[in-house]
Order: sequence, then C-alpha cells, then structure tokens
Amino acid sequence: MAIYLTKESKVLVQGMTGGEGMKHTRRMLAAGTDVVGGVNPRKAGRTVDFDDRAVPVFGSVAEGMEATGADVTVVFVPPAFAKAAVVEAADAGIGLAVVITEGIPVHDAVAFHAHAKSKGTRVIGPNCPGLITPGQSNAGIIPSDITKSGRIGLVSKSGTLTYQLMYELQDIGFSTCVGIGGDPVVGTTHIDCLAAFQDDADTELIVLIGEIGGDAEERAAAYIQEHVTKPVVGYIAGFTAPEGKTMGHAGAIVSGSSGTAQAKREALEAVGVRVGSTPTETAKLVLARLEEQG
Amino acid sequence: MDLYEHQARELFEEHGIVAPRAAVTDSPKEARGIARTLGGQVVVKAQVKTGGRGKAGGVKFAADPAAAELTARQILGMDIKGHTVRKVMLAEPVEIESEYYVSYVLDRAAGTFLAIASAEGGMEIEEVATARPEAVARIPVDPAEGVTSAKAAEIAEAAALPPQTVDVLVRLWDVLVREDALLVEVNPLVRTKQGHILALDGKVTLDDNARFRQARWGADEVEHDDRLEAAAAAKGLNYVKLDGEVGIIGNGAGLVMSTLDVVAGCGARPANFLDIGGGASAQIMADGLSVILSDPAVKSVFVNVFGGITACDAVAEGIVQALDAVQLTKPLVVRLDGNNAARGRTVLDERAHPLVQQATTMDGAAARAAQLATAN
Repeated sequence: MAIYLTKESKVLVQGMTGGEGMKHTRRMLAAGTDVVGGVNPRKAGRTVDFDDRAVPVFGSVAEGMEATGADVTVVFVPPAFAKAAVVEAADAGIGLAVVITEGIPVHDAVAFHAHAKSKGTRVIGPNCPGLITPGQSNAGIIPSDITKSGRIGLVSKSGTLTYQLMYELQDIGFSTCVGIGGDPVVGTTHIDCLAAFQDDADTELIVLIGEIGGDAEERAAAYIQEHVTKPVVGYIAGFTAPEGKTMGHAGAIVSGSSGTAQAKREALEAVGVRVGSTPTETAKLVLARLEEQG
Repeated sequence: MDLYEHQARELFEEHGIVAPRAAVTDSPKEARGIARTLGGQVVVKAQVKTGGRGKAGGVKFAADPAAAELTARQILGMDIKGHTVRKVMLAEPVEIESEYYVSYVLDRAAGTFLAIASAEGGMEIEEVATARPEAVARIPVDPAEGVTSAKAAEIAEAAALPPQTVDVLVRLWDVLVREDALLVEVNPLVRTKQGHILALDGKVTLDDNARFRQARWGADEVEHDDRLEAAAAAKGLNYVKLDGEVGIIGNGAGLVMSTLDVVAGCGARPANFLDIGGGASAQIMADGLSVILSDPAVKSVFVNVFGGITACDAVAEGIVQALDAVQLTKPLVVRLDGNNAARGRTVLDERAHPLVQQATTMDGAAARAAQLATAN
C-alpha cells in the first residue's frame, strides 16, 4: 500500500527539460516511476526520449493531467518560478506536488502553501529530495538502488541522513521514505507522515529523523503520544550547532533557546520514542525493536 | 541575514516609519560632527547584531559633541558577546512617555506570519511573555490579505496600543513583504512626551533565498566576523566556523550536522560545518580542504561522504585530484559509504597518500579523527 506514492501514481515533471529535470526524470523512469509527461509551455507538443521511453511535453499541468490522468507532479523549476509552478499545479487540481527546488523565498513558499491548501493539493517540500516507495515509484531525487520494499516507514528533514538510514537498514527494506525538506516552512510535516504511516498496513515501524530549528519534532512527539501505536525510532541532528547560525538547511537554526536538538530529543524520549545518538545506533535500535515484535 | 540597527532604521524610514534623527560612523572625529548637527546631545549606540548592548555598555548618552567623540572612541572596538563594534550610530535623544513592542515574525508551524504586539515594550519580548503572558498579543496574519488598516486596528486593540500605532503596523507589514523579511521588529516603539510615535530601535532579518530579487543587499553587505568564514564565502562554500580541532567535510546538511555530533560524542570538538552538497567535485573538495587546512586550530580532518546520486568512486577521484591541488598538512580520515563504496576505497588506497587513512563506518572514522586530533 505505502503512503502518498504507489506504482499506480502517474507523474508529471515540471521543469523536465532542464538539466536537473532531465537527469532525474531518467532516474525516476529507471526506478519504475510512471512518468507520463513533462510541463514546459515553450516546448509543448514535443517528446523527449529517455532510453526506451518517449515522454510527451505539455504546455501546462492542466493539459498534462487531462491527457494522461496524472495525479502527482515533481517540481524542478528554478526558485524564481517555483511559486507560479506550484500555484498552477494546485489550480489544475493535482493531488500531490513534490517540490525539489532549493532556495525558494519564504514569502513565496508561504503564499503557495496557503494556495495549495485551499485547493486540496498536498505539497511535499520545498528543498527536499522527494519520496520513494521502493519497488513501485520514485518521485524526486532519492537514489532508488539503496534498498528494497519492506516494512519500515521513514520521514526526514534531511536527504543524506535518509539515504544513510536506508543504507544501514537495506536488508529490512522500506514501505515509503519521505524527505519533507529542510526549509522553515514545508507543506507536509512529520505529523502528516506519522498519521499516514499509522494507517498504512505495509508499515510496521516508523523512523523519524529531525534536526535543529523550529518545533516540528516536539509537535510530532505530542502527536505520537496521542495517535501513534506503531513503534517509532528517532534520530536528531545538530547537538553541536551554535546558536544563531544557519547549518546548511535554511530552516536549521537554533534561535535563542528554541529549536535545540536536546529539547527535541527529550520531547521524543518523554513519549517513549527511542532516539539514537548516531545514525548507526539508530539503525540498531530499529533492528532491536523489530526483533522484539517478531 | 540580520541587519544592523542603522540598516533597519533606514528601511523603516523608506517605508514611512518615523525614527529619531540619526547617523552612523566608524570614526570618533566624525561622531563629534554628527553630534553637532543633531543639536549637541546624542545617544551613542554600538552597531552589533546581538541583544544586550545596553547592559554591556554599548549604549551611552553624550551631553555635547566633545563627549560624543569620547564616547564613540570608547564604544568603537568594544567586544559585545563576541561581536566587535565597528560602527556606532548617533541618535537624537527623545523624551519617552510610553514604550511598546511590535513585530511580524514567521510562524514556522502554522506556515504563515504572526503579529506580536505589547504595550510593555523596551525589554526582551520573551521576558514579558514569560512574566506576563496576558500582556503579549499574538495575531496570525493571512498572507493573501496582509495587514490592512482594519487588521492593524485589531492588532493594536488586542495589545492595548494607542490608535496612533495603526499606521506604523500597516507600514511595518509593508517592510516585511517588500523587503522579503522573515522578521521585522520595533522595540521599543515609543510615544514621546510631545505625542509623536517613533521607532527607537529595530531588528530586521532578511530572507537569504530572496537575494536574487533584492538587489540592494549584495553579498558584500554580509560581513563575516571570522576570517575563515569570509574566505569560505568567497569560494561559495557552505561553511560555519566552530571552536574545535577536527575539520569536517561532508555531503548534505543533515549528514554534516550528524557528523559534528558524532565527532563530539567521541570526545573531540568539531572545528567547522562544511556541506559540499551532492556533487562533491574535485574543485569544491580542494576549496573546502584549503579553507579547513588554513584553520590553525585544526589537528585532523574528517571527510564523511555518503554516495547517493554521486557514486563513491567519483567522490574518491575528486579527493585524489584535490590532494594533488592542495598540500595536505594534517591527517585526513575518509569514510566513503553507499554507491560504489568499495571501488571508491580502492581509488584512495591506490593513491596511497601517507596522511590519508580510511574507515568503513561513520562512527569508526569519527573515533579515529577524534583520536588523531586529541593525541598531538
């Protein structure tokens, strides 16, 4: 079953004809994703050949959806055009917009998140690696050859930490891995993914990866206590980050005494989530927990 | 990027928010002249991007131009919480009747902006919020509607601010939106004995992601207190200087933050944060190594790469090329994992650099790098 993305998903790529769009569309197709079209008004009507598959380019998301029945779009357009791209996708009524683009102004993100919400479009990202349901579909830039389909669900603010955990737990496999992004404002939160994994029959255990900045992890902890009965194993990055410095991700910043890794870890542990001190230790906690379950 | 008070003041004035007359300088002599044009009496204020200036002696009253020069000389060069004072702002003193607090701040969880206002301004708003939460009004702002006069009136009323502040609240929203700010704060906003509303001090944080459309705040506006951060920024590197002895290079912000933690867990301190991104080319590896090796505090370097989109053999080739371009002076521990890890390790083994060693796990490599840094 997985969450948000399955082999039935029909995927459009906004910005497919750009460098990153081409590279990752090829990779998505190789991973089995049903990429049904690209969107670029200046190249509408053409097709782009990817190895053994010719992918049509549409003039708009609406046209692409009408012609193909697409229900997911992956956005690779540059930061200055991202707001218009997401608004267009939401107006067309797409169910899921995965925004890979890094560096989108926060005012633009605030605007497109509000718009997408009003149209019923789920946004994942921005500044995220996307999501993968191994063996079925891959929407974004997560490497598809790290691991296979399995019973762990993963939600993370960080791309490379996602890959690291997927790698360490490659023998168990994952239902779906969702990179929600490292920007201050993201469309899909840890809580959204926890709720979806809780309801997903294929997911037995949830890995939650967080980092400094904001209070999304503290909120997730409160949600877990109330609503999640499946085991959750956590990892938090940024214990050594100094106050007031942005650590790579736009949202990764400790402001005064808020947003610290310590507070996040304590909040999670207080509701019974085991939190690893390193990615490797986190993977071991997952294995131990799965063994207890049998 | 945080702005200095005098830059924030400039933005406020451009958007019609009135502030006391003021000018900024880095010279005590000039300070004397400025005081003269402002009428003799001035407040001399250290320009630093940190709170608590007043307590640290960075804000002082000067009764005449000669005193202004003397005070400026005392404050310039002062260290306030690790920030060196390079400029002072001289402002005309005002007779304060009441002090208020107003700000718009990004509410990350709600995904929108929040108006925060209080009739008890002048101190840190967190302190007011802790001591008397009922004195602080928090009103969400719909981004599509913004702050209209009606919305501003709602905010002012909720915080028990006088009606005269409504205009300031509307204009302050204008600053937030037009300047692509993540935070605009006036603290205190004052009413003078003469009944004027003035912005006495302000704070503005601009969105770095919006720099492409906010031409006036060029890269040269960003002042790096740290020499290494300045050098890294000039090379386009995502680098933050820390107070340790293990230099860190990794790919991906989350993995690098995690690497710092793991090194700290091994009893050493990370010397920096450096994210070289997914590509990890030879050039960026060489640039990163040269910045880290020029840090005298660094005793060892830990390169921690997970090969995802870029396979480890390509990363290893990049490291080998970087080793030809940069003279390695300190031991380097490399951990390659993920795609084509075995091939990547072979590439490094074949280079057989005497100062380079490999470890197969992140934890093992961190322990080795920490040991090398603390041993000598």
